[in-house]
This record gives sequence, C-alpha cells and structure tokens, in this order.
Amino acid sequence: MQLRVENLHVSYDRIKALYGLDFVIDKGEIVCIIGANGAGKSTTLRAISRMIPAEKGARMLFEGNDLLDYSADKVVRKLGISHVPEGRRLFGNLTVMENLQLATYARKDHTAIKQDMDLVFSIFPRLKERRTQLSATLSGGEQQMVAVGRAYMTGRKMMLLDEPSMGLAPLMMLGMFDALKEINRAGTTILLVEQNARLALKFAQRGYVIENGRIVLEGKSGDLLHDPEVRKAYLGG
Amino acid sequence: MAFFLQNVINALQWGSFYALIALGYSMVYSILMLFNFTHGDIFMTGAYIGLGVATALLALSGVMGVVVPGWLLLIFTIVLAMMLTSLLGVLVERVGYRPLRDAPRASAAITGLMIGIILEYSNLAILGTRRLNFPTLIETTTYTVGGVFFTNKKILIVGIALLLMLALHLFIQKSRWGMAMRAMSFDYQIVPLMGVSLNVIAPLTFAIGSSLAAAGGILYGMAYPVLDPFMGIVLGWKSFVAAILGGRGSILGAALAGFLLGFIEIFTPMIFPSTFRDLIAYSIILLILTFRPYGFFGQAHSTQLRL
Repeated sequence: MQLRVENLHVSYDRIKALYGLDFVIDKGEIVCIIGANGAGKSTTLRAISRMIPAEKGARMLFEGNDLLDYSADKVVRKLGISHVPEGRRLFGNLTVMENLQLATYARKDHTAIKQDMDLVFSIFPRLKERRTQLSATLSGGEQQMVAVGRAYMTGRKMMLLDEPSMGLAPLMMLGMFDALKEINRAGTTILLVEQNARLALKFAQRGYVIENGRIVLEGKSGDLLHDPEVRKAYLGG
Repeated sequence: MAFFLQNVINALQWGSFYALIALGYSMVYSILMLFNFTHGDIFMTGAYIGLGVATALLALSGVMGVVVPGWLLLIFTIVLAMMLTSLLGVLVERVGYRPLRDAPRASAAITGLMIGIILEYSNLAILGTRRLNFPTLIETTTYTVGGVFFTNKKILIVGIALLLMLALHLFIQKSRWGMAMRAMSFDYQIVPLMGVSLNVIAPLTFAIGSSLAAAGGILYGMAYPVLDPFMGIVLGWKSFVAAILGGRGSILGAALAGFLLGFIEIFTPMIFPSTFRDLIAYSIILLILTFRPYGFFGQAHSTQLRL
C-alpha cells in the first residue's frame, strides 16, 4: 500500500472535525471519499497534505515516510503528493503558464518538467491556447484545468482532489474526469473527495463514506453504488 | 523655467529616498499583510552600516596606499551595506514577526515599533550622542545647463535609485522567487502546496526590502551627511504614507507615490511659507486618500479566505 492513515483526529480550535479515521490507498488506485457537506472530507485531505495539524496519536505513512515529520511544502517537494484545493484557488494575478511554472518551483529535473508540461498540455489543449492569459480571466472549467495541471506539475505520485466537479457544467465535468483518468494512467494515484457521489463512485475503484467525521462505510465502488443506505443518503433513492 | 527644472531635480532626489523606503513597506505588506513598522529604523541602521563600510573601505585603501576611485568605493559601499542590512531584515523577521504570524496584526505592529525603538537606542548606546558624518566618497561637481544648476550627486542618487527599482521589477517579474512572492501576495495559504516554503519567501522579502532601505540610507547620507539615530522616524513615516498612497502592496504604486511625495514637498514651499510645507503637503495627501482610500493601485480586495 502507498498511503496508510490510522487514528486520524483533527480539530479546528475547539471544534472536532475528524474522529479517528483509518484508511489505506494502494499505488495506482483511484479512491473517493463521499459524504455530506461538513462531514470532514476536505479536512481529511488537508490533514494529509499537512495544511492543518493532526492530533497526537495519528499515524500517516506514505511510502514508508511518516507524514507528520513533513511540513506542507515538503510533502509536495519531497514526497510528491499534490493537492487540488477546494475552490481551485489559482493565483489569479499570474498567467496560466506562470501558475504551472510556479508549481515546479522546487523541482530540478528539467527534462521531466518539460515532459510533464507536455502531458498537461496534451490533456488540456485549451491551456496551451490560454497560457499567456491571467488565470483570473478564465472560465470555471478552464480554471479547474489549471488547478489540476498545476497540481500535476508539483508532484506526480499521488494527487488529492477536493471537489473537482464543483461549479462545472455537466459536459465539462465529464471531460474533467476523463482527464483525471489519463493522469491516473500516467501513474498518479488519485484520492478525491466529492459531494457528487454518483459521479465519484462511477469514476473511482473504491470508496469511503464519511459521516460526522467518521468512516461509516467502505467498499468497492460498484457495491457502494448498489448499497441501499448509500442510495438513500447520497444518490437520491 | 530654470527654477522649475531645478526643483524637479530636487523633487526627484527626495522622491528617490521615499520610494526606496516605501518599496520595503509595500513588499512586506503584500506577502504577509503586515506593516513592518521597524522599517524606518532599518533605513537608519542601513545608513549607519553604509557609513561604517565606507569609513572602513577608505581606511583600508589608505593603509594599503592605493588610490581607489570614489565611484568604485561607492559601489562597494552600497553592495556591502545592502548585504549586511538584509541580514538585519532577516533577523527582524525571524525574531520579531515569525512567532506572531498567526497572532492578531496589532501585536505584530507593536512588536515592530518596539524593535524600531531598540534599534534607535542601541545605536545611541553604542555610538553615543555625537553626530557622525557620512564620509565623502565622491567630490561634488556642479553643472549648469541652460541656467539650471545641478550636482553630480543628485544625478547619481536618482540614477542609482531608478536602477535599483528596475532591478527589483525584473526580479519580481522574472525570477522564480519573484513569482512565488507574487503568488503569495494573492493567496499565501496555498503557496506551500506549490512546494514553496513560506519560511524562505518571507525572510527573502524582508532581506530585499531592508537592502533597498540601506541603499536609500547611503544615498541620503551622500546628500545629507550628518546622521542621527532618529533620522528613520520622520523619513520612515513619510515613506509609509507613500506606500499607502501607492496602494497597499503595490510595488509600482509605492515607487510612484514616493516620487509624488517628493514633488509635493518640494513644490509646496514655492507657493506657501516653508514652515507650512509638511502641513500643506500631508493635507493634500489626506485629501487624496479620502477620495481614493486604497491609494493609486491598491485593490479593495477582501482578506483572503481562511482554510
């Protein structure tokens, strides 16, 4: 397995968000975490990428490295875990190209950078057309492309995606998930969290259902799609 | 006309001092949303460091019996003093501000003021009350063109200031550190996800801002050679006004507003008695800020979302 998370508790100030999560992800997998708004999905991703601290007693091992020994920038730089944050959060004052270049800030492998850039442009040809444009002027779908492309440029072992479908038109959404499949085929493990459970479960191989900061159900995507509880709570019956 | 041009040169000279100092306020604000109230005293310390370096270089060339041209000494003085003062900036960030990064901004502002006072009085404690003179590195030559008098020093001061601003502009637009700074000014919380450490970019920003202030201090010392430990207060506050007038966090705005301040200050006494200078000058600025509360290039952007 590539990532093992054990006993993950997280609190914001005094409000507890996660109550002891345990899960594992294998190399090359696509795994989704589904759940309602505020269930703790984004918090889980932020804890892995070390944007927020985990409480004592948590264990997070990535390829044998204890994530708790790494700061947020080192998780990206040394371990190759990228994070597409909720709401995309592009640097709107930078061009598309600059957003992608900044993502390679810490990388020295110049030939690999060029290959990765080529891959990003082949998956998202639109970005090549728009590369000199300020990212704030892009459409929502294009912005999501930059956010994913940017994450891919920072590190390629695992990508954490926070609601990649948010705010996208249905066609754009499907295109985005096709692109993510391509990135996965190129060797990147994908962990995504989604409110759009149906879309996520069709895309992922496995899923975890999270409720009030606890994992309540887990299994193969196909099984979860047919699980009566999941259907009732997340798929509209 | 000649009189007018004469004053344009004076205004550009004063504008150079203000702009070089204002840039440091703006850079730090744009990436950390923090007004570095130590900055005026970093300018003062930079001027003294420049004085020390220049004196040492002169003594060294005297001992070695070589005649070093003044312009070369000036370049060495500026470069060395900028490097030394940037270390002071890094220290201020590390000791004063980093521990308070998530504290209320008022705590950081007060800490900044305190460090400034410490710099002023450690200067007084070490060097005493005697006024030190900035050594003459370049002899003054006066030129007359079409009835306009100007000195080589004024041209040099404005030229060096513009050169440094151009260098800063290129650094911010072209280098990867500059790109990281621009990104940080937009959304600093996401910057670590790009593999960029805030603990590299923040001290780097302080270092650059402090080194520009040091350059300003040396140029000031060239024009007004008598230094004193409290020289950073008035110049610091005025440059802070320039940074606000330019638009919080705007580098271009800070530079332009610095020069505008120079112009307002020089041209006000042409109409009003000179004792009215700052009263009138800063009333004008207050008026501008009433109509443009975010300055020339500032944006009314909301504070960034907290994760």
